Amino acid sequence: MTIRVAVTVNGTEYARDVEPRLLLIHFIRDELGLTGSHWGCDTSNCGSCVMWLDATPVKSCTVLAAMADGRTVRTVEGLEQDGRLDPVQQGFIECHGLQCGFCTSGMLMTARWLLDHHPDPDEAEIREVISGQVCRCTGYENIVRSVRWAADFERSGRPNRGGPDRGGREPA
Amino acid sequence: MTHPDGSAPSPGRGFGRRLRKEDQRFIRGQGLYVDDVRLPGMLHGAVLRSPHPHARILSVDTVAAQAHPKVKAVITGETLASLNLAWMPTLSGDTQAVLATDKVRFQGQEVAFVVAEDRYSARDALELIVVDYEPLPAVVDARRALDAGAPLIRDDQPGRATNHIFDWEAGDAQATEAVFRDAEVTVAQDMLYPRVHPAPLETCGAVADFDRVTGKLTIWETAQAPHAHRTLYAMVSGVPEHKIRVISPDIGGGFGNKVPIYPGYLCAIAGSMITSRPVKWMEDRSENLMSGSFARDFHMRGELAATRDGRIRAVRVTVLADHGAFNGTAQPSKFPAGFFSVFTGSYDLEAAYCQVTGVYTNKAPGGVAYSCSFRVTEAVYLVERMVDLLALELGLDPAELRLRNLLRPEQFPYTCQTGWVYDSGDYPRTLRLAMELAGYDDLRKEQEAERAAGRLMGIGVSFFTEAVGAGPRTHMDILGLGMADGVELRMHPTGTAVLRISVQTQGQGHETTFAQIVAEELGISPDDVEVVHGDTDQTPFGLGTYGSRSTPVSGAATAIAARKLRDHARLIAAAMLEVDAADLDWERGRWFVRGDPDQGRTITEIALAAHSSLELPEGVEGHLDASCVYSPPNLTYPCGAYICVVDVDPGTGKVSVRRFVAVDDCGVRINPMIVEGQVHGGLADGIGMALMEVIAFDDDGNCLGGSFMDYLLPTSLECPSWELGETVTPSPHHPIGAKGVGESATVGSPPAVVNAVIDALRPYGVRHADMPLTPAQVWRAIQGRPFRTDLAIS
Amino acid sequence: MQVPSHVEYERANSIDHALSLLTRPETRVLAGGHSLIPMMKLRLAQPELLVDINGLTELAFIRRDGDELRIGALARHADLLDSAVAGECFPIFHDAERVVADPIVRLWGTIGGSLCQADPSEDLSAVFAAVRATAVIRGQAGDRTVPVREFHLGPYETVVGPGELLAEIRVPVRSGTGSAYEKVSRRVGDWSIAAAGAVLQLDGAPERPVVVSAGLGLTAVGAEHFVAAEAEEFLRGRAADEEAFAAAAEIAAEHCHPAADQRGPEDYKRHLVAELTTRALRRAAARVTLEP
Repeated sequence: MTIRVAVTVNGTEYARDVEPRLLLIHFIRDELGLTGSHWGCDTSNCGSCVMWLDATPVKSCTVLAAMADGRTVRTVEGLEQDGRLDPVQQGFIECHGLQCGFCTSGMLMTARWLLDHHPDPDEAEIREVISGQVCRCTGYENIVRSVRWAADFERSGRPNRGGPDRGGREPA
Repeated sequence: MTHPDGSAPSPGRGFGRRLRKEDQRFIRGQGLYVDDVRLPGMLHGAVLRSPHPHARILSVDTVAAQAHPKVKAVITGETLASLNLAWMPTLSGDTQAVLATDKVRFQGQEVAFVVAEDRYSARDALELIVVDYEPLPAVVDARRALDAGAPLIRDDQPGRATNHIFDWEAGDAQATEAVFRDAEVTVAQDMLYPRVHPAPLETCGAVADFDRVTGKLTIWETAQAPHAHRTLYAMVSGVPEHKIRVISPDIGGGFGNKVPIYPGYLCAIAGSMITSRPVKWMEDRSENLMSGSFARDFHMRGELAATRDGRIRAVRVTVLADHGAFNGTAQPSKFPAGFFSVFTGSYDLEAAYCQVTGVYTNKAPGGVAYSCSFRVTEAVYLVERMVDLLALELGLDPAELRLRNLLRPEQFPYTCQTGWVYDSGDYPRTLRLAMELAGYDDLRKEQEAERAAGRLMGIGVSFFTEAVGAGPRTHMDILGLGMADGVELRMHPTGTAVLRISVQTQGQGHETTFAQIVAEELGISPDDVEVVHGDTDQTPFGLGTYGSRSTPVSGAATAIAARKLRDHARLIAAAMLEVDAADLDWERGRWFVRGDPDQGRTITEIALAAHSSLELPEGVEGHLDASCVYSPPNLTYPCGAYICVVDVDPGTGKVSVRRFVAVDDCGVRINPMIVEGQVHGGLADGIGMALMEVIAFDDDGNCLGGSFMDYLLPTSLECPSWELGETVTPSPHHPIGAKGVGESATVGSPPAVVNAVIDALRPYGVRHADMPLTPAQVWRAIQGRPFRTDLAIS
Repeated sequence: MQVPSHVEYERANSIDHALSLLTRPETRVLAGGHSLIPMMKLRLAQPELLVDINGLTELAFIRRDGDELRIGALARHADLLDSAVAGECFPIFHDAERVVADPIVRLWGTIGGSLCQADPSEDLSAVFAAVRATAVIRGQAGDRTVPVREFHLGPYETVVGPGELLAEIRVPVRSGTGSAYEKVSRRVGDWSIAAAGAVLQLDGAPERPVVVSAGLGLTAVGAEHFVAAEAEEFLRGRAADEEAFAAAAEIAAEHCHPAADQRGPEDYKRHLVAELTTRALRRAAARVTLEP
């Protein structure tokens, strides 16, 4: 048996017939092909699946797609706007806040939510907000710095020139 | 740094802090990991696993599973046996069951494989398979594995009567015994390096696609060594090697966990062959923790002999190595205990000896993983704990004791008592810098005041010598494949380049750092160098990335290939300028006439000319390509000095890591930002292993670390803000003077944390307690009754 | 990742709708889902029908009503942590919520869901027992109240029956009260190895306070109804001093039933009960404001 799940993801409306037991992370990844969010555990501990459900970060492995019916979802693919990277994305590049990239989408979504509510977080607050998400590569140091970079960038009021491809550029 | 072959580096535009190219796709969520791979008609596989640690299989009934409307195939050991695929070779020359036939030998062992239309149905179908087991007594405690009458695990091997795998030794037993006999002071300690797990955030998996028409097998895999896997698949699957393509796309962390070939990969291949459709298998986290390659599990007895005034004379170690049910350790074939014999550490010893016994137990196979650098973690933990125990015995400060005994720079290259030739280092300088950054003397003063106030503050020191970059191909091979790696470098007519490498990044930033090496040698921008990796159809052969070998081996190969290309460019430039090649000098991307610098050609101009109709001298080929297969003459030996500060709550046993200072010396740093990131990650590993990570088993052989609720990983709140420093002693034998660094911090940090906690507990007279130092273990240590951490707590 | 077995799903559009759906056997309430869905993924729970009550926002409130603090079952952990009124009345709520799960899970998990999951290691069970709260259970015939101290029948079992829904928790607010929670875990976000919550109502001179009533909740140590009843009784009428706290803590440690597991051996857990009860009492007392 299936049910109809209609969700607006990153501004686009989708509707699919799915089994009620389908987890939101699988709906987003397998049904909609948005593979930027990941899964890494069975027990809601790792946080690689974090995305927004109605503007609140959620561990999407722990909610059913059915619970998102009629609601909005925002994933990492929805951070970049009009070809411009979100400052949190730019911060992670500037401060080497990622290595293998697997935890990164979850970290970015939590960082974006944090800065939306607390534009000037200190180190302790940043560490607290990501404490339910695991990174095996970075030792968290540069993730904290990346979020601080984004906070400083946004508070400086500088225009967000964001993209284009700036990988590998000469250091400033 | 002139390489022994005479080639010299040339300061170019490459080394230095540089943002990573690969970040562009990851921060957009556009990485391509194995579970992101979707092929037309793709099916999903799931593995049925044994609940018993040791049991005979009486029957496997798959009728109900096969009748499930969404199931396309059910594969058992019997199915595979008819294809000669039920057993596969391990990387240690043993065999391992792909799907169990006669017995199951560890909890979580693979018994059957279901292929279904979607992952949910595959999971449902597992419940429809009925296996009749006859449970057998299990060997859970490695210390009982060789008891008379212990259950025999590997009765699949004809003539085998015990669970003994190997005995191995290194050093000089007699010379060492002589030193111990007349030593003024000896200290001894049993210590366990418990079974832990690399737990990369992305679990292991594969998508296998066998094309019946072309006979080609394509397999996307979470593989740190795709070429070695290809060769092994050719040996095992009946598909010839030129028809096999292994693709390691983006990998979400490896840490050694993604070196072995897992039964799930072979099941996916078999599933694809049987169904004629692509088959994806992704393990879940409990499968990863319970059946994927674990790390460590060394039961060690360390002894150290010294003089009363604190000169370390000899170290002796006996090890019982728990290898699980199959010997699947991934290490060079002549080194059954890996590089453990580097337990001689960072000190000038008169003698050293170790003896390692490997045994089978009813647990998952593995052992060499989790950034262990082939057992160097175990070796460093042993010697650094022993040095601290000596300090305790003699009433000396542990940093001071180390300063008295560290190898001096003039002693390098240093051949240690077990034969390793440490290439370079200025150990006292590295330790002194760490002490300075930490404010060591002030910390000790503060500790005195804290102790007087009844508070427990601990300061732990660790100094490690790492041995990475395996390795010289005549000494080091994995399953007969020599550990040399190849690279291919090509400059295009318009002056940009492509570098094809055999090593496999899992987050280490190779797309950036290897481009930087080429940039440094050729004087072009790293943005103009495309690094190709991970696809065996597109890259030269090599043994992959683990044991921190990418920079020491493939990095060297890249530099040499770039220099060959530069030398070839010289001949082309000579033809362009109509001068003798010997009259040309090189500087910053340009060959120019010595004494007439305006007369020159850039590498970009030369690239175009090399592809043109320019007349070239006899014997000089066109284009601008070079390749290199590099067999390193030796390992490289990074080192480091780590200082950890902890506060312990005696009422609860809770440990809080206040500070961690890490000074690393990995020779020349290609990209300091990336090096520091590697160190940060490894330091977190140390906190994890020292304080919370363990895979324990109860008396019945049940695995107690099968989920992230039980296998605890450190979070942002357990980690302090890391304080890093560096010293640089280039490797004399590496073309760019670089050493590996990926695993250094994982190697050096656990003893720093443990030494700190034991130091904090000094008022209670605690000498030692095994990791993980959970609150319960710390409290028990204070009571004088620490417990064994590899078994269930009772 | 592990996945649930087949289940049906209905979204409740009103409390009455939810109640009628809940009369069907093998039906579970789906609120935050952060206790239930993990169990379904491991197939330890295999309900036939899930009733999603997230739309019943009338159950998501936290407010003071005279001498009662009222917490709707659908209030999220993060709501309770952020609630100024709850924190003023009972700092124990903030102490506890700070160490429940992690910040993201707290945005979704509900107070009601945690209490109804009835895990023996659930912090809020001990907290609500300590504050002597009352559960309001709504059924098709109306509301009934059950003291939280009688709410749990055993591990994963509560008095909420078929066709019923936990609607709210009511906590009596008394002057002269201080409260605190002390928890030790192996790592941030882990279940408690042991935890103790103390609620003290004091009277008398500020420099020599006396215990009017004590609420002591214990987590993860097999305390009956999550309560250290003997220790509470011991404290009643006594001077609220270190000696009394230490003695009460010993009594609490004696009367619970910790089991050895990978979080720790029994002797350590018992010791923790004593240690944490003492600390919780100390901090609870320090948070009392007595008029001179």
